[in-house]
Amino acid sequence: MLAAVATFALEGVRPQEVTVEVDVRRGLPAFTLVGLPDRAIRESRERVRAALLNSELDFPQKRLTVNLAPAHVRKAGPSFDLAIAVGLLAASGQVPSGRLTEYALAGELSLSGELRPVRGALNAALGARRAGYRRVLVPEANAPEAALVEGIEVSAIPSLARLADLLHGRWTPEPAEPAVPAPHDSLPEAPDLADVRGQADAKRALEIAAAGGHNLLMVGPPGAGKTMLARRLPGILPPPSFEEALEITQVHSAAGIGNGRLATERPFRAPHHTISAQGLVGGGTRPMPGEITLAHRGVLFLDELPEFARSAVDALRQPLEEGRVEITRGQRTLDFPANAIVVAACNRCPCARAPDRCSCTTLELGRYQRRLSGPLVDRIDLVCQVEAVPAVELVRASGDAPTRAVDVRARVVTARQRQLVRLAGTGVLCNGDMDGRLTRRQVPLQANLAGRLLALRDRIALSGRGHDRVLRVARTIADLERRDLLTASDLDEALSYRLDAWQRVAA
Amino acid sequence: MIDACDACLRRSFLIAHLAPRIAGLLGRGERRATGLLGLPESDLLAAAAGRRVEQALAFLDALSVGRERGRLAAAHVIAVCRHAEAYPPLLRELGDPPAVLFGTGRAEVLAVLARDPTVTIVGTRRASPYGTEVAYALGRGLGAAGVPVVSGLALGVDGTAHRGCLDGGGVPVAVVASGPDVVYPRRHRSLHARIREAGLVIAEMPPATEPYRWSFPARNRIMASLAHMTLVVEAAEPSGSLITADFAKDLGRCVGAVPGRVTSSVARGTNNLLKDGAAPISGTEDVLDELFGVGVRGPRDDDRTNEPADPVLARVLDAAAACDSVEAVARATGQTAATTRAALGRLEAEGYLTRRDLEGWERTAR
Repeated sequence: MLAAVATFALEGVRPQEVTVEVDVRRGLPAFTLVGLPDRAIRESRERVRAALLNSELDFPQKRLTVNLAPAHVRKAGPSFDLAIAVGLLAASGQVPSGRLTEYALAGELSLSGELRPVRGALNAALGARRAGYRRVLVPEANAPEAALVEGIEVSAIPSLARLADLLHGRWTPEPAEPAVPAPHDSLPEAPDLADVRGQADAKRALEIAAAGGHNLLMVGPPGAGKTMLARRLPGILPPPSFEEALEITQVHSAAGIGNGRLATERPFRAPHHTISAQGLVGGGTRPMPGEITLAHRGVLFLDELPEFARSAVDALRQPLEEGRVEITRGQRTLDFPANAIVVAACNRCPCARAPDRCSCTTLELGRYQRRLSGPLVDRIDLVCQVEAVPAVELVRASGDAPTRAVDVRARVVTARQRQLVRLAGTGVLCNGDMDGRLTRRQVPLQANLAGRLLALRDRIALSGRGHDRVLRVARTIADLERRDLLTASDLDEALSYRLDAWQRVAA
Repeated sequence: MIDACDACLRRSFLIAHLAPRIAGLLGRGERRATGLLGLPESDLLAAAAGRRVEQALAFLDALSVGRERGRLAAAHVIAVCRHAEAYPPLLRELGDPPAVLFGTGRAEVLAVLARDPTVTIVGTRRASPYGTEVAYALGRGLGAAGVPVVSGLALGVDGTAHRGCLDGGGVPVAVVASGPDVVYPRRHRSLHARIREAGLVIAEMPPATEPYRWSFPARNRIMASLAHMTLVVEAAEPSGSLITADFAKDLGRCVGAVPGRVTSSVARGTNNLLKDGAAPISGTEDVLDELFGVGVRGPRDDDRTNEPADPVLARVLDAAAACDSVEAVARATGQTAATTRAALGRLEAEGYLTRRDLEGWERTAR
């Protein structure tokens, strides 16, 4: 007899429907698994056999053929266990197969017949909804995550025996509750901008970066607080919308680092500078998301940027330009979302001492700063300084009110809202994502300002790209001030954040 | 402008032709070919061409000075021979002055060199930030005071002195070891172009000649003799900068040195010069005092006359010159970070400030 069961495999972070076909017929007892399975799937035979027998079900002593369709796509991981087991049950007539066509399922089996959680349950549920399934069956531990998807029934299945009961109509599970955390769940641990003393310049730059989605470079000596500041960027970004949160959770679920609940904060990833290109943008024989994908809709922090391998930093070109990563393996191409704000940090010079005790020669200085050129630095709109805060100021009871993250976030949200309205229909969500052409169309300048900027291009050697960057940042500054038209001071301020000055030293 | 006699041009092209031979002729330790360059043509041929003398003679026979002159004119190259009026008079004090001075840039600069007191700034290619800062400040101060600044277009101190002079609105003169149109080091392409625009690039070698090891010390004698005073900013020992200082001493010109840290290897040369009696230089004023007499001519104080009208801008401008970071400027002026940033951007746009890589801003000599 023949049975077909639908399950979903991960292609990068996207769900790919896989039909598990099981054929049971008389003959010498054998179990054949085809359809490009990996080792973990081939081993599922042992798990399925033990799980069935331990659930007081029968493992048919017949000729069993299992096909994973489409047969040309490589498949990996233990999440096919459940589908194979259910296929066997249906094909051997132990459960009715009539309603199986409405179900999609995913899960790993333990030998006892219990279901273990799998990676990418949320992705599977999303795929199942898109493919038109009425119900998705997942292990109990994955159910809250999968239930985030609306418009499809999610059932939490504790064990294979329960599943058999369900198919027989002897058991009706409660619909699973979606894992949307209470509003105040995670707030206490989020670092607040108010913890940072001084650093008014860096805070201002962070606010602009958050408001416009601009990439940022912080320059300053070790221990000045660059990492501390960067960690506080997610807290001043607008809270993720439901769709964004779903995207974040989906990525984390696929990578197996999620907590099984909907993300309420944007991710912050800070890979060490020894990371490889593969680790940064994703890859491997079984392509896994890289750090830029894990930071999707959040912040990727690259401390000690010049120490990163050139190949790793260069690999960021595509994600920075397109907000996604494409990885080609053999005949297939995987697509990972990768839209993050990049915050980079570096020292002023390789010896990283104070200017008056620095022992670097200009040659060494030039070499260090040249390592910063390339596609990443081309996409950095803002540079700010982070100086060590004098000890007196650290201990002094701060007289002026600290910059609270909630206030900054409120301004950022307003600025983003204005951008959303203005950029509607362009496919771009914030100023930082505008390319050169869009920038010039979206940021009209009054004649006198345009003339001034043009004259500047000569005087301070502002490149064409630098010109666009200044416009983008000025637009965000005006958005923060809720102004429709740019003023001279917006342009002036934007001008002071530009990176062009590097070129002179490196030349 | 071409004002050179046939014999001098012929000699210059011959030296350029023999240049690779001269490189092989000099021993490893020996770096100065100056004795050689002073020889009359026949002795030069005998000394430098050696067994290839026939080849060299054939080159001279084939050389058409008229055609070369046409080529120079077409390329807008300046060529002035030692018999010409425009030839810098100070150069004639050399025992072996270059036969022809080739140049690209503004020809009027030759007249300025003949008229005004001139300063040469040299130093190591591996300059420390301290050396870079001093070289820039001296170049800018002298440029702003109307003193032409001669240097060698090398990396480090030389290039920085040129930049300072350009930013100070002065007349930069680069003396190069190659032909005047060959940019060496390549990294100084844009600097070469800026100097051509505002001043002059000069060379002993005709256009398109590549530099050789020996042509750097040979170029140093021109730098030393072009100026009334030679300043050494940072120099290791031994070094090309000290060769230049030696030439200046031999010519009886004034030599100044910038004191450096005693523990720094690039300060050894300059500190030893000071021990030997060089004038200690701690700023533009010291140089002007040496050139014109104490107090006769001070550094130009345009900074005061060119205050921005806006009081906030003026305050930020004062603070920016003294502070290292935006943070410190904001604290000193009591402005918010955003206002300070806007003011700094405005000041830079209007030319009051320029960036000093990422450490901060500094005032221009506007």
